[in-house]
Amino acid sequence: MSVTEAFARVLSRSGGSSRAPTLDTSHNIVLYLEDISVSFDGFKALNSLNLYIEAGELRCIIGPNGAGKTTMMDVITGKTRPDEGSAWFGQTIDLLRLTEPEIAKAGIGRKFQKPTVFGSHTVFENLELAMAGDKSVWKILFARLRAEQIARIEEVLETIGLKDHRQVLAGGLSHGQKQWLEIGMLLMQDPELLLVDEPVAGMTPQETEHTAELLVGLAGKRSVVVVEHDMEFVRSIARTVTVLHQGSVLAEGSMQEVQNDPKVVEVYLGD
Amino acid sequence: MSPQQSLIGRLLLNERGSRYFLIVLLGFALIVPALHLLMPEGSALQISGYTMTLLGKYMCYALLAIAIDLVWGYCGILSLGHTAFFALGGYAMGMYLMRQIGTRGVYGDPILPDFMVFLNWKELPWFWHGMNHFPIALFMVLAVPAVLAYVFGWLAFRSRVTGVYLSIITQALTYALLLAFFRNEMGFGGNNGLTDFKELLGFELQAPGTRVALYLASALALGLGYAACRYIVSSRFGRVIEAIRDAESRARFIGYRVEDYKLWVWVFSAILAGIAGALYVPQVGIINPGEFAPINSIEVVVWVAVGGRGTLYGAALGALLVNYAKTWFTAVLPEIWLYALGALFVGVTLFLPQGVVGLAAKLKRSKS
Ligand SMILES: Nc1ncnc2c1ncn2[C@@H]1O[C@H](COP(=O)(O)OP(=O)(O)OP(=O)(O)O)[C@@H](O)[C@H]1O
Ligand SMILES: [Mg+2]
Repeated sequence: MSVTEAFARVLSRSGGSSRAPTLDTSHNIVLYLEDISVSFDGFKALNSLNLYIEAGELRCIIGPNGAGKTTMMDVITGKTRPDEGSAWFGQTIDLLRLTEPEIAKAGIGRKFQKPTVFGSHTVFENLELAMAGDKSVWKILFARLRAEQIARIEEVLETIGLKDHRQVLAGGLSHGQKQWLEIGMLLMQDPELLLVDEPVAGMTPQETEHTAELLVGLAGKRSVVVVEHDMEFVRSIARTVTVLHQGSVLAEGSMQEVQNDPKVVEVYLGD
Repeated sequence: MSPQQSLIGRLLLNERGSRYFLIVLLGFALIVPALHLLMPEGSALQISGYTMTLLGKYMCYALLAIAIDLVWGYCGILSLGHTAFFALGGYAMGMYLMRQIGTRGVYGDPILPDFMVFLNWKELPWFWHGMNHFPIALFMVLAVPAVLAYVFGWLAFRSRVTGVYLSIITQALTYALLLAFFRNEMGFGGNNGLTDFKELLGFELQAPGTRVALYLASALALGLGYAACRYIVSSRFGRVIEAIRDAESRARFIGYRVEDYKLWVWVFSAILAGIAGALYVPQVGIINPGEFAPINSIEVVVWVAVGGRGTLYGAALGALLVNYAKTWFTAVLPEIWLYALGALFVGVTLFLPQGVVGLAAKLKRSKS
């Protein structure tokens, strides 16, 4: 293989257009998880999990510690490969065949349980890095912020209440502020499906309320899956709640239904 | 952050470290050759050809150090094999210089370099063809390190080899090349390497004018290499590789193909190292397999650590300081140099994690 050939190949790959087909939600379902199983050294973190998320839905997922909620998000975002099962994003995108950046590009964004912002970058730069757009090497090397992109970052800074911290290094933020920055990064990505793992841990009641408004406002235009332990918060936003237990779905329904389900009561009280 | 301002202007003039670095470099580039050529022999201000060439050599080292800082300081890839790229660039230049010797060699063969005649070879190996043309040699100086880095990086980054494992395989890479180049059958002069060069582009290598030109070329390469690296680290690409350094998997989840970013910064860095090697060889007059020695690569990392990684100018400063110390030590106390180097590395790691540049910044902060 000649040098120029090799270079040309990489150029076309890293600058090239998406190989993944675009999101198709014509059946009104944005996410299909079917018979997903994941085991770690014989321990089944997910056990034939089935979950369907409708387009535009706001779904809350609850469950005791170790139920497999985070592992489920790891499967959806490509971090963990399941031993069995299938995962589809809309009708056409097979998530199990894509890498993490391809999944992000296809339109799935994630806020991590443990905030992992880029500590040696400023708040502004964290948002800039997360911004939707072509993330291939050559585009990024010569990328300049356009006025409307700066405006978008400013808007998100306003939303997450970090306007006065834009030049602060993210590593120096408080836990709660990092949570907000994570949410801001998610907003900058502008994904079709948002996976939000424990958004309100470490937030004040007012901030929690603000987060609730934000997520409710996004639903409809986007699909949102929220994992949260804070029942007050779940009650304030939930339409449909799914209860995970030992890696599979224990119950699903309105908050009311789920709370009165004897199986659920047993799991929560039996702990 | 005004997007209107010219990028080059923003890079080079608004950043104090860069400004000082380039001013000092320009000063060296102008004053040293002037003093060498214009001052009479014996004058206190005369700079000998030896000193000027030594400085030229340090500039090549500084470029190599900057190349390492780009991948290590900014992208977290600790390469312990970068002198492999340096040596390959050097060998490409050495091959060109060998072919310029012509009939002036000991055996007087118009085509074959001396070592081939000595080995009783009748024909030039295929990879020596065309190396008598300067543009081809120059192309090889860039292409050979680039292709090796590309192949190595493609394999390593795709399989997500990181951290200490990656460092170990970079050592293995340079060690393998060391063993290969030692073999006479490889066709690169074996143990002795390539030497006895006479001229470059028709100019006598020993002539003062040629030495000045090589010195200036080294300064220019260092300045341009620095500017290119500064551009890269100040661009959004630079922020992405820093993000990869700090939280690699997070960068993947927001949509960056981490392996592509690592690969390109790695290849670029290898090319810079190759250029440094190519400028180094005509100034020292020899290239041999010793340049591939794993310890050399580790030494370069020590330069960067001493100067202060993640600043670029710190790497250049470290290269200068440590090599100056080395020149001094090997003249006065040759047997303890390696111990001194080891102690330096431990000392810097423990007490000066940001290197000399970091120390200077700290002193300045505490004063104001
Ligand atoms: N990489 C891993 N290796 C081994 N075990 C793991 C790994 N990741 C998760 N587990 C285990 O899988 C189970 C499910 O973990 P998971 O993090 O998905 O739970 P969770 O529902 O998110 O819990 P929490 O509410 O505490 O966040 C736990 O028992 C956990 O210890
Ligand atoms: Mg969890």
